[in-house]
Amino acid sequence: MRYSGLKVITEGLFGNKGWKPAWRDPAPKAEYDAIIIGGGGHGLSTAYYLAKNHGLTNIAVLEKGYLGSGNIGRNTTIVRANYFLQGNSEFYSHSMKLWEGLEIDLNYNVMHSQRGLINLFHSDGQRDAFVRRGNSMINQGDDAILLDREGVREMLPYLDFEQTRFPIYGGLYHPRGGTARHDAVAWGYARAADKRGVDLIQNCEVTGVDIENGRVTGVQTTRGAIKARKVGIVVAGRSSQVAAMAGMRLPIESHILQAFVTEGLKPVIDHVVSFGMGHFYISQSDKGGLVFGGDLDFYASYASRGNLPMVEHVMEAGMTLMPMIGRAKVLRSWGGIMDMSPDGSPIIDKTHVDGLFIDCGWNYGGFKAVPASGWCMAHLMATGESHPVAARFKLNRFATGHILDEEGTGSQHNLH
Amino acid sequence: MRLTCPLCGERDRREFYYYGSEDYLNRPAPDAAPQAWDDYLHNRDNPAGVTRDLWYHDMGCSSWLVVTRNTVTHDILAVEAVADRKGGAA
Amino acid sequence: MRLAGKGLIDRSTPVTFTFDGRSYQGYRGDTLASALLANDVRLVGRSFKYHRPRGILTAGSEEPNAMVEILEGNQQTPNVRATVQEVFDGLQARSQNRFPSLKFDLLGINNLAAPFLSAGFYYKTFMWPRPFWEKLYEPLIRRAAGLGSLSGRHDEAQYEKAWAFCDLLVIGSGPAGLMAAWTAAQAGADVILAEEDARMGGRLVSDNLRVDGQPGADWVEALLDDLKAMPNVRLMPRTTVTGAYDDGTYGALERVGLHRAPAPHLPRECFWRIVAGQTVLAAGALERPIAFPDNDRPGIMLASALRSYLHRYGVVPGNRITLIANNDAARATARDLMAAGVKVVAILDTRPDATALEDCPVYLNAQITGTAGHLGLTAITFRHAGGTATLETDCLAMSGGWNPTVHLTCHMNGRPLWREDIAAFIPAEGAVPRLTPAGACNGTFSTAGAFRDGLAAAHTALAALGRPAPDMALPMAEDAPYTITPFWQTPGVEGRQWLDFANDVTTKDVKLSAQENFRSVEHMKRYTTQGMAPDQGKNSNVAALAVLADATGRGIPQTGTTTFRPPFVPTSIAAMGAGGRGAGFAPQRFLTSDQASRDRGAPMIEAGLWYRPSYFPKPGEKTWLEACNREVTMVRESVGVSDVSTLGKIDIQGRDAARFLDLVYTNTFSTLPVGRVRYGLMLREDGHVLDDGTTARLAEHRYLMTTTTAAAGLVMRHLDFVHQAFCADWDVRFLSVTEAWAQFAIAGPRARDLLATLLGAAPDLPFMGVTDVSLGSTPARLFRISFSGEEGYELAVPTRYGEALFRDLVARAETMGGGPYGMEALNVLRIEKGFITHAEIHGRTTAFDIGMEKMVSAKKDCIGKAAAARPGMIGPDREQLVGLRASSAMTAGAHLFTPGDKVHRETDQGYITSVCWSPTLSAHLALAFVKDGRARHGTRIRVVDHLRKIDVLAEITDPVFHDKEGAKLRA
Ligand SMILES: Cc1cc2nc3c(=O)[nH]c(=O)nc-3n(C[C@H](O)[C@H](O)[C@H](O)COP(=O)(O)OP(=O)(O)OC[C@H]3O[C@@H](n4cnc5c(N)ncnc54)[C@H](O)[C@@H]3O)c2cc1C
Ligand SMILES: [Zn+2]
Repeated sequence: MRYSGLKVITEGLFGNKGWKPAWRDPAPKAEYDAIIIGGGGHGLSTAYYLAKNHGLTNIAVLEKGYLGSGNIGRNTTIVRANYFLQGNSEFYSHSMKLWEGLEIDLNYNVMHSQRGLINLFHSDGQRDAFVRRGNSMINQGDDAILLDREGVREMLPYLDFEQTRFPIYGGLYHPRGGTARHDAVAWGYARAADKRGVDLIQNCEVTGVDIENGRVTGVQTTRGAIKARKVGIVVAGRSSQVAAMAGMRLPIESHILQAFVTEGLKPVIDHVVSFGMGHFYISQSDKGGLVFGGDLDFYASYASRGNLPMVEHVMEAGMTLMPMIGRAKVLRSWGGIMDMSPDGSPIIDKTHVDGLFIDCGWNYGGFKAVPASGWCMAHLMATGESHPVAARFKLNRFATGHILDEEGTGSQHNLH
Repeated sequence: MRLTCPLCGERDRREFYYYGSEDYLNRPAPDAAPQAWDDYLHNRDNPAGVTRDLWYHDMGCSSWLVVTRNTVTHDILAVEAVADRKGGAA
Repeated sequence: MRLAGKGLIDRSTPVTFTFDGRSYQGYRGDTLASALLANDVRLVGRSFKYHRPRGILTAGSEEPNAMVEILEGNQQTPNVRATVQEVFDGLQARSQNRFPSLKFDLLGINNLAAPFLSAGFYYKTFMWPRPFWEKLYEPLIRRAAGLGSLSGRHDEAQYEKAWAFCDLLVIGSGPAGLMAAWTAAQAGADVILAEEDARMGGRLVSDNLRVDGQPGADWVEALLDDLKAMPNVRLMPRTTVTGAYDDGTYGALERVGLHRAPAPHLPRECFWRIVAGQTVLAAGALERPIAFPDNDRPGIMLASALRSYLHRYGVVPGNRITLIANNDAARATARDLMAAGVKVVAILDTRPDATALEDCPVYLNAQITGTAGHLGLTAITFRHAGGTATLETDCLAMSGGWNPTVHLTCHMNGRPLWREDIAAFIPAEGAVPRLTPAGACNGTFSTAGAFRDGLAAAHTALAALGRPAPDMALPMAEDAPYTITPFWQTPGVEGRQWLDFANDVTTKDVKLSAQENFRSVEHMKRYTTQGMAPDQGKNSNVAALAVLADATGRGIPQTGTTTFRPPFVPTSIAAMGAGGRGAGFAPQRFLTSDQASRDRGAPMIEAGLWYRPSYFPKPGEKTWLEACNREVTMVRESVGVSDVSTLGKIDIQGRDAARFLDLVYTNTFSTLPVGRVRYGLMLREDGHVLDDGTTARLAEHRYLMTTTTAAAGLVMRHLDFVHQAFCADWDVRFLSVTEAWAQFAIAGPRARDLLATLLGAAPDLPFMGVTDVSLGSTPARLFRISFSGEEGYELAVPTRYGEALFRDLVARAETMGGGPYGMEALNVLRIEKGFITHAEIHGRTTAFDIGMEKMVSAKKDCIGKAAAARPGMIGPDREQLVGLRASSAMTAGAHLFTPGDKVHRETDQGYITSVCWSPTLSAHLALAFVKDGRARHGTRIRVVDHLRKIDVLAEITDPVFHDKEGAKLRA
């Protein structure tokens, strides 16, 4: 079934009785050509591009809960391509290009909104670091504009330019940056993958990885054993557990990142604003809620919930930067389990087991990566070779010292 | 979340700095194989359950602490000072 | 309509307030909702999506419909529940989400378009043409969406945060909570009793209940008087516990000043962090609406709300009242109304088997099939055991049963359990450690049951606290059993039956989501947005999942619930962020010379948390650069004074101090003679540079380490770690003395002369020497070190003498043609000399990159040595520190390209970290990292800064531009 405005009208006229299921609910087959573990954004996009780009359709996505039950449905939806380092720069640039055609490609409105992202800076040194980044973006073919204080004031007149603790010197403006509706991304990929024949199997937790003679042969699940010659682990915050089933110890620590949304408000914030100095960022959803967040809670955790110190810190940052949001009321707070890597960059690579691949280490920035990660993981699983834009996301780069540390905070998982 | 520092008593989490797994205590010999250093610096069990990790009483007595706790329930099971362990020579 | 003689409001204190510009009268003790109802105002708001006219559904914070903006000077607070806001003289309220007026709202058109706005319709359209999303569709959607609006102006009001500690926190002051608090208080425990409402008592002050033979409200008053008199009890009315967190920590929001005219001394709200040994949750229960066609009209409300308005506020919300329920609530409510002389048109009981015996008509097996009245209810149509009927009525009260207020027990991922007999979820045992639920929130609905539960919960808590429980008599109260026959929606009718009023989600939407295979309760929620509105599903969750269970052929327990998360009620950012406003966000650190620098007109800039002088302007200087150039030349030619106290200083002592430094520094400090200073490089264990600085050996077993300003705290923590983790048994102790010493750089060819005038004789100190000196009777320390490349000294005195010394040094310098210099000049001086700062050691830099790999001693181990030897950390592929010299300006952040190459990521050769105009060399200089840079000295490189439109050629040089041999340093 194709979605369109016309379809919405004709269905509406006939009581919306004709809408078909967005995807099937197949029972797992005994064997697939490839299995993706994890029905989050990255798992679903991997399946979709395996089918679309590589013609592999006898594949299944195994999801332990419901589709999109993990971080893909918990993030603050920021989409950007503003990286400094080679390795990251080309990858996120590729992702941005895919975002820009995603609705048409998936026939699903993921509400990708290029409303512009502004990273504020508060000292000459920070300005220089952002300029360094902005130039990388332009060298890569992406967009960046340097705003001085007055330039920021013009775009974000509601910031506190007079009293805030860290005066606003200016901002790096990334016009193509923005947001998208997170659930819709999962559902759009799910529906499109299903349409190409991918089996999406929910409530199916992988409990073991079968390996014979150094080669993967299938997985054990709560819905029985399933065979496959290729298996991709794409489980974000749960990467360590699933990798351990294959005898691997990953360079990953799982941490909590909280986020917040306020009650609906008429439009007040038109861009994505990022206040790195205060670890605070914010945008307003199309429904009107202010969606914002800050830093990790900073201790390893699988609890999907956080504690007050970070809650208060985030609110305080909001109050020093844009005190006009003071009377907005936080409606809900939640947390996601983040797969933090030692350098803040991801891993898309083969493993020591033949046919077993892994895609993880997305830290707090994996939403924007969903299209390119799926694209590159599919490429890797189909061809056995890293895709050129993901060539540096190697598992052994920590051992060899080919680190991709954008923040320069060093090999401590929670600092990225 | 509240931790009981052996020196200072029960304090709010915000007084403490978190570092990471207690793996950081087991520094390999200088000439250990690269794999040992990779494991030391990067690779983690990262359990969903009981773990032991390192916290620093930043706004208190400056003690480094090994905290035994559950990463799923956030229960704190034990706190001991790093310096009180046996055999802490480099 | 207000009834004479009823209610707990203060009739002696009338207040005047406005709603949508019209003035009304209420009484102290009224909420905005009760006062509006007393004035027969039924239409209060518009719904989110269809802009349906809406009235007042509830009498509490769970209200989904009656949300208004409160105006206050040039500020406004959106989405305020009329059911919570207390009225006061001068209160101004305004309806929201309507244009141009509440009665006539243009977007009411959405209601007609409803067939096309079904659940998730937006995912299926608005995709073409692609640029229209940001330009057309999204702006339209954004404008239509949202509820109230912010003023857009800074919120200048006062908010506070506070901590509280107690043995027992009791949440909710109904019969269960009062009993628990009373019992624990008698046992001598420190008790906090937090109650969301302005008035304590819960249902005892909202229902017609008797306790020990007295009216409930009187009994509550008497008990509260006793509790108030106890020093171990703290009563916190108007305080909503918003979240349950780890280890007995709770967040709570107190409405301190919202119920009265703003006063400058009063914060609006206070956000509490309550740390409790034990907690009794006695949060009561929330009544459920029933779904039937057009069940959202103004005039339709919950039966319990109607009773609250009647008993607590003396208000009846209509003249001809009808009731519908699937339990006994309609009966009780009808009796209360009739006792108050109010006309009850009929009771509609959805149960086929209930009694029909009441003093008003009763219809059994009743199901409402339609309602009428555009801006307020006028009639209902229903079918019942004996046929169908239409009744004229202006108020319909409904009760679909009760949902225990389990929310806080879910904040730590607890999943509530379904109890078939009460058709509701109750808290799972142990859902929150050290918390015991009691009363209605635990599924115990009778008053006597609540007292029993409260007592038992107190016993549990006291036992855990190790306190003996006192003997307490249970008060006498009604103990009627609760019976319910679930009824969720009217089956087999057309028309929209609302589940989630606030988000306009109807039973059709839930069914559609099941039809489209969004069958998991979480999918349904996200697809339909049910439960995502300001009430977070408090009014709709259970009914919605019952409808979903029905549509998918599963039971309610199998369908499960979505998760409740903090905060329990929407909580303002300003309250939780209290103290963060303006400079409050982070500490400010000031130098002892701060005032002296400001006196000289120096602009102070942030350096981490510190403020440092940028430059010291002289009359006639128009730009910072003029001042900076002068200060640089002044240092190069005579003498300059600069406050360097922000550098971290760590006093390290013990017989193993030397050994310890050898472990943390790449180079060796055990060989440093006493009285000498050495530059040291410190790595992180991952092999990258952590920090650099100079360390002096003051005595055989005593060193003084200097860190950079930025890394002072980091280094201290690092040293503590290395010591406690790897060599706790070594004899070494250290302490940060950063704040204990004020330290000033005196640099330039005449530095020695200046010191001679101060110390009485020229210091005889070799380069990189340290010695004790005295300034009068004040002990001081003199280092001969230089960050400028000139002969340089740093003089340190106990902090309290800092300001005096600074003023003195500057005065002496000025007599010699010198003076103070600021951060700008300091930066130029160090660039000219090729000294690095954290602009260069930015966290990705290795010793190899900055040309210091030889400083990593081969003779010993040090932190970071092993990791620094990884192949990726060395070699020609890495960007290495170089100098750049050009005839026109360069910019930090520019990237570098080999001349002739296309400018692209793939050809990128590196980037610039620091730049300056060098008045000394009359050239533009930069420090930069360039691939294989050390091999490229003397070649040219293209500097491109797209953002600042710079494209120039520069020459790659050694990073040291000035006095390469160091002759001046050592002079
Ligand atoms: C609060 C928050 C804010 C964020 N903000 C942003 C942002 O603004 N921009 C951005 O780019 N990124 C952001 N992120 C990060 C981003 O959401 C994640 O990096 C990304 O979603 C992770 O990839 P995923 O979607 O595949 O993960 P998930 O959605 O978590 O998918 C993993 C899936 O694997 C399943 N699974 C796990 N174990 C098993 C098993 N054994 N068997 C079967 N299935 C299993 C899980 O149930 C889950 O559905 C944010 C994250 C959070 C939590
Ligand atoms: Zn301590």
